[in-house]
Amino acid sequence: MHADPAGVLTGAHFIDGDHACCEGALAGGCRFVAGYPITPSTEVVERIALRFPEVGGVFIQMEDELASSIAIAGAVWGGKRAMTVTSGPGFSLMMEHIGFAIMTETPCVFVNVQRGGPSTGLPTLPAQADMMQARWGSHGDYELIAVCPNSPQECFDLTIKAFNLAEQYRVPVLVMMDECVGHMMERVIIPKPEEIEIFPRRWTNAPLDEYLPFEPGEDLVPDMARAGQGYRFHMTGLTHDEKGYPDMTVTGQARLLGRLIDKIKKNAAALTDVVEDQVDGAEAVVISYGITSRVAQKAVQAVRAKGRRVGSLRLRTAWPFPEHLIRDLATKVKVFIVPELNFGQMVREVERCAQGARVVSVPHAGGTVHDPAIIVQAITEALR
Amino acid sequence: MSVENPAERYLRSDRMPHIWCPGCGIGTTVNCFTRAIDESGIPMDRLAVVSGIGCTGRVAGYMHVDSFHTTHGRAIPFATGLKLAAPDMKVVVYSGDGDLFAIGGNHFIHAARRNLDMTVICVNNLTYGMTGGQLTPTTPEEAIASTSPYGNFEHPFNLPYLAESCGAVYVARWTTYHVTQMKKAMKEALLKKGFSFVEVISPCPTLYGRRNRLGDSLDEMKTYKTRSVIKNGADTKEVDLGMTGSIVVGKFVDRERATYQDAMEAFYSRKLGNRYVRASQ
Repeated sequence: MHADPAGVLTGAHFIDGDHACCEGALAGGCRFVAGYPITPSTEVVERIALRFPEVGGVFIQMEDELASSIAIAGAVWGGKRAMTVTSGPGFSLMMEHIGFAIMTETPCVFVNVQRGGPSTGLPTLPAQADMMQARWGSHGDYELIAVCPNSPQECFDLTIKAFNLAEQYRVPVLVMMDECVGHMMERVIIPKPEEIEIFPRRWTNAPLDEYLPFEPGEDLVPDMARAGQGYRFHMTGLTHDEKGYPDMTVTGQARLLGRLIDKIKKNAAALTDVVEDQVDGAEAVVISYGITSRVAQKAVQAVRAKGRRVGSLRLRTAWPFPEHLIRDLATKVKVFIVPELNFGQMVREVERCAQGARVVSVPHAGGTVHDPAIIVQAITEALR
Repeated sequence: MSVENPAERYLRSDRMPHIWCPGCGIGTTVNCFTRAIDESGIPMDRLAVVSGIGCTGRVAGYMHVDSFHTTHGRAIPFATGLKLAAPDMKVVVYSGDGDLFAIGGNHFIHAARRNLDMTVICVNNLTYGMTGGQLTPTTPEEAIASTSPYGNFEHPFNLPYLAESCGAVYVARWTTYHVTQMKKAMKEALLKKGFSFVEVISPCPTLYGRRNRLGDSLDEMKTYKTRSVIKNGADTKEVDLGMTGSIVVGKFVDRERATYQDAMEAFYSRKLGNRYVRASQ
């Protein structure tokens, strides 16, 4: 299936990441957005508010982020592709509904344009300090998907991808932007609608009296109904059986959670999305994501110019973490260098998978990006 | 010869028995609700019931319609998204006083302000039943709850006044003693366009009644009968509830105002003309 032409502004644009994210949502088929204003993400919903009435979309500014993050679930069960957009403090409030979306297998997209924290922190300045919150912030055990764009173009591309993955796996997908990519202006190419692949909703075609709303298919993902089709289905955030009825037993919990986790975990390889640059034969590999990957690239080039074999691995998908890839790489390189705009979050994952290889964290408190010289120094020392 | 209970086709009989205590009033409200749906003529496939968390939060799970058991306090914003995405559905939020007015209070006032086209039914048993009988925003002054062991000194909400002030177009209150009137109010609310609100005062003999020496459920019915005063069109400022004194019941508000969706569509049509594209179902 391809994108609905009504939502696609084909052509070359000079826009920032927030605006590009909005266009990605439109091209990705999103027709319901609930949001609450918060810097530095507000431009996404401002553009949505402007664009939606002309494409048959509904935007509603809710009273808070708790409301926004469950209004999208309501809209999804009403048949729409839906998204909410926020930053740090709002993301904290949305945690419960990320869990609700996981438990009820509600396909939806959460965009977090990361800023400095904790608390109100640095509303207008960048950080990448919500990466672990993205993974573990809601209570209980679960798996989800998070993508990390490093340019306005990728804010467009990966938002479309987020909608498609949400539908394919019936999970919430998080678009983990940061203030820098959200506010930097660059050229963004929006393709023709027929060049944009859309993964449609997995509508059930079961007979009315035979449909089990949470009975998984072979890929562990159940087909979906929407309100009003006559299925008279039930869904709940309680542990439930295939009918969607509460099943609060040890076996019920094991069966449901096992499946919710396996449907992502077993597809971790397929979900891996990284950009490798001269990784083969490298002594050291710099692992980065989001805006930091662009600073790291400059540092990597500087060290290569001195004759060292340094590779770069950029995560476009942070969660599920590309564990198999890092484990494999760890047998070939001496050291991993992990710069990020936090005191060391994704580096913990790298350490977990590095086995014998050394891991060097290049932390940053946020508020701006790394000075490339700091990363150059870290790589140089690591190679000494 | 078997006779079908008229409520039965609206319930998920495969989920019976329900979890509610003997003497609880929630089942009575559900019984009235099924009859209200029946009389309203709304097809079951066009009806969605959304609940939050708590004893009344379990209602959605027993209704044989598209039903959603959401998170604590957030049934209304879920219903908002559902209604805006599927405007041909009649969306009913069915939940308790703690869920709707403590943790969910912010959403109630905004949904009423927007005049979203939905019905909110609040079973007000004056306590948090599911967690063991704690204080809620509607617990009367002096009442004993597990978290107000010496009695409640907080001033409670007057729900009809709150609903009217925030913009609800239909507001009624009955008790579980008034089954005929309750059913009629639910039917009127279902058929009313805009944000309609029905409060049902209901006994929780296990956790509220026993602590406050109100006797069993039958005693509470007798209390409702004696204390209730029917005043249709009453000034909602004056219908607050105490441990003693009258329980004013009736239809208090029935007025017209453009719904959120009608206002949105009319506004965009006026501002954008042909450029406006209505959302498709």
